[in-house]
Amino acid sequence: MSSETVSVERVAKSYGRHEAVKSVSLALNAGETIALVGHNGAGKTTLIKLMLGLIRPSAGNVRVLGENPAAGEFAARKSLGYLPENVSFNMALTGRETLAFYARLKRAALCQVPELLDRVGLSAAMDRRVGTYSKGMRQRLGLAQALLGSPQVLLLDEPTTGLDPSLRRSFYAIIDELKSQGTTVLLSSHALTELEGKADRVIIVNRGIKIADGTIDELRHIARLPTRIRLKLADREPGTVERWISDTGRWQRVNGHMLEIDAAPEDKIQLLRRAAAEGAPVADLDLIPPTLDELYAHFLSTQDALP
Amino acid sequence: MKNILILARKEVQEALRNRWVLATTLLLAALALTLTFLGSAPTGIVAVGALDVVIVSLSSLTIFLVPLIALLISHDAIVGEMERGTMLLLLSYPVGRWQVIIGKFVGHVAILSFATLLGYGAAAAALAATGAAIDAASWWAFLSMIGASVMLGAGFIAIGYLVSALVRERGTAGGIAIGAWLLFVLIYDMGLLGVLVVDQGRNLSGGLLDTLLLLNPTDVYRLLNLGSGSAGLLSGMGGIAQSSALTPAILVAALAGWTIIPLAMATVVFSRREL
Repeated sequence: MSSETVSVERVAKSYGRHEAVKSVSLALNAGETIALVGHNGAGKTTLIKLMLGLIRPSAGNVRVLGENPAAGEFAARKSLGYLPENVSFNMALTGRETLAFYARLKRAALCQVPELLDRVGLSAAMDRRVGTYSKGMRQRLGLAQALLGSPQVLLLDEPTTGLDPSLRRSFYAIIDELKSQGTTVLLSSHALTELEGKADRVIIVNRGIKIADGTIDELRHIARLPTRIRLKLADREPGTVERWISDTGRWQRVNGHMLEIDAAPEDKIQLLRRAAAEGAPVADLDLIPPTLDELYAHFLSTQDALP
Repeated sequence: MKNILILARKEVQEALRNRWVLATTLLLAALALTLTFLGSAPTGIVAVGALDVVIVSLSSLTIFLVPLIALLISHDAIVGEMERGTMLLLLSYPVGRWQVIIGKFVGHVAILSFATLLGYGAAAAALAATGAAIDAASWWAFLSMIGASVMLGAGFIAIGYLVSALVRERGTAGGIAIGAWLLFVLIYDMGLLGVLVVDQGRNLSGGLLDTLLLLNPTDVYRLLNLGSGSAGLLSGMGGIAQSSALTPAILVAALAGWTIIPLAMATVVFSRREL
């Protein structure tokens, strides 16, 4: 099942002389969770605003659920949920009144209001004014409004900022449930680590350019980052260790009984065989795969290397 | 249409919660009652109806107060929501930008109408309760005055939206709104009066004067309410109104224009704005 819900084709957007997005193409499919990762100011929010039709592209095409979102046709927006980066509400109304207002605008059933407030854990506070809410509670109210009317496409701009770990877990549980119903979920974040295991696909943008697009495994494959192998040496008579080291590769000594090597993907198995072989002076062995932060940094640095 | 009503309802709901409605109504009622009872004392027993005196004093109050209240509610409407970030979320919903403006307008005018009707109505009711004789013509003039006051307020709400749609910061909007109030309520008339005195009726024709009066909504309001009937006699505006070619129909149209044109401009400016 890979029906396309959002497509962005060679889209550019500039504000005056500043080019926020430069010729980005991407496609999002139904039932897919996509992470849009980039530094602050990389163009994530601009891309989301383009998908919402809040701004018009300077060049290129955006289609959301088969419509041009900036054309003033609002049919698709009823099936769209959006959580802005810093969500805010009118302070004077209660949580329930606020959500009911948005439900009416989206023509969603009003019975969804208490259900959704319960789902995000706000049922106890729903008759309090939004002005008395904490940042996390406002973020949850923001999530509740994004879920109104069972959206087919959810665009969440830095959704987990301000959520504590348990809420973050229930947040991802909601996302998983929506995903199983075929909803496209786009999560933006400035750190890749946070989205580990949550996203089917990662799109990295930097300075308005898409620099990577694929599953985390694919990205690891493309990046060819070395895996670090760390050995703890067994006590052997002096000399054997040195001989073994000179036979096997560019090991670095961490201290008297620890060795390290950064193994390229194709050398990894060979090195491990050697280390696990009979007679190797090895007592213990650790494998440290590259972290997502390293992966992210790698993609950013490859772009920086370009002119 | 439904979106407009949903948005208008929310504006009213917020204003009720913020005590805006309460404050405005109480302010207008308190001032109207004060003017009714203190203001009618010096007239003693004269041949004009007691309510006509009230109409004259309330019209003068309206010219100062209603534009101020209208600008206070409206100058923040767009730029304030943008600054707080609520506009971004609102516009991601299936609503058009023009619907946002018209919806807010309907809501704000409803608030102002409610406050004016209740505040000024309280004065008339109090007067009737004291047993003053009020004839049908006076009641009609009083209701027209309330209607015209709401129209004047609607015009300034629209002007406030235009300011709000044009500027980037709330502070700027507030400053410009106060400037607009000073200009229309005080400076314009002073300037006009100065010109008339200097000119001594040599170059300035009646037609030009009429046009100049139409260019200020508060002058249109003044002519409309104080220019005819017993109110005209009392206020001394009768003289200008009689020599002018401006009929009540033209004046009402001018007030409507002062609402529609800024509102349309605000919609156009807001639609073109980048978020």
